[in-house]
Amino acid sequence: MDKHITAPLKEDEIKDLRAGDYVFITGTIYTARDAAHKRMKEALDAGESLPFDVKGNVIYYMGPSPAREGRPIGSAGPTTASRMDRYAPELLDLGLKGMIGKGKRTQEVRDAIVRNGAVYFAAVGGAGALLSQRIKSAEVIAYDDLGAEAVRKLEVEDFPVIVVMDSQGNNLYETAVLEYRQE
Amino acid sequence: MRIVEVAKITENIKEMCIEANHFLSRDMEECFQRAVEKEESPLGRQVLGQLQENLEIAGRDMIPICQDTGMAVVFLEVGQDVHFEGGSVEDAVNEGVRQGYTEGFLRKSVVKDPLIRENTRDNTPAVIHYSLVPGDEVKITVAPKGFGSENMSRIFMLKPADGIEGVKEAILTAVREAGPNACPPMVVGVGIGGTFEKCAFLAKKALTRDVGVRSEIPYVKEMEEELLEKINRLGIGPGGLGGRITAMAVNINTYPTHIAGLPVAVNICCHVNRHAVRTI
Repeated sequence: MDKHITAPLKEDEIKDLRAGDYVFITGTIYTARDAAHKRMKEALDAGESLPFDVKGNVIYYMGPSPAREGRPIGSAGPTTASRMDRYAPELLDLGLKGMIGKGKRTQEVRDAIVRNGAVYFAAVGGAGALLSQRIKSAEVIAYDDLGAEAVRKLEVEDFPVIVVMDSQGNNLYETAVLEYRQE
Repeated sequence: MRIVEVAKITENIKEMCIEANHFLSRDMEECFQRAVEKEESPLGRQVLGQLQENLEIAGRDMIPICQDTGMAVVFLEVGQDVHFEGGSVEDAVNEGVRQGYTEGFLRKSVVKDPLIRENTRDNTPAVIHYSLVPGDEVKITVAPKGFGSENMSRIFMLKPADGIEGVKEAILTAVREAGPNACPPMVVGVGIGGTFEKCAFLAKKALTRDVGVRSEIPYVKEMEEELLEKINRLGIGPGGLGGRITAMAVNINTYPTHIAGLPVAVNICCHVNRHAVRTI
């Protein structure tokens, strides 16, 4: 089912999302991948604040290619989410409500999603050119020295994603595969 | 003997890095079309549709197909009658990668040391595989490799008694475990035989073979076809969201091996199976 939502996310909207929904996100989201997560974890351990308040927000696991002149961003598709699994539960417990990536997550992440009423979306891996066109602006807000891995604030419009893990604990990767398996 | 200026290598590799990251080869485009026709899952068809549109946008607006523009893998097949002039071949290759990734707005994804992890900021060095062949030409293949799928690749040191069934099971295991992480529909490159490192090389090389061309060895061709069918019965589907099209091709290369061994390498590539080939 196609749905339109705004980011930051609202709790009642998250509750209505179900694994398998095709969702268009409009609003503000933040990027962070491996190196940025490592730094955010170090900041939390040192009692420092994060580059942005994660409460209600969505993190997009993405490191773009450089923007050509006149464009906000280069190619901008999702990276594999499992590399962030070590960091995700703590961020979810701090109020992070959504993650966009691709690929499987651990049981710990799934538990944290359910515990906190959050959601894990997949964007289509390898559709970076198409996805870049749904990003209207991009601004590096932290860790500029990390280049592609810096934390960016993005304004997105009708950014297409699919709900993989919903707040009820459903996991599309498990259920959809069973539907088509013929082993 | 033929003299080749290394500057020519640089110039070609620069262009090929940009070309490979914006345009897929024709065999891959045709493969996509067949995949769209065969896919039964509505979500799977939606994903494949997005990927086709993505390819159009990439070529039209010069935005890389995928933001992971890869680590540059370069195969240099050098005719033994070639003499290079103007500097080191390795430096020339890396200069081509540097220029291509910088001037082509490609992502710099290489770190200088695997544990210290400081970005080299120009995507160098490349991974270069040299081979000597008869003749006086240089065949260059540039295959930028993304790591979403590279990370899901596997090596199995099987026993001879595991036989062909063991090999098939190893390949299916690698694909099953890769699942949605490797950005399916995938291309599966397989190396069977040789030594530990040789089978990995064979698997990587297999990914550069046209996806519409089957092995010339009858039993290997049969295995490629059978495995493609079996992989597409796993249900993983486009984007891992369920469906019939999990892989677009299985390319297998073989090599003689030791009486005690049966090495199998499975190098998985996402649907952005990039390679540019030129002969100079």
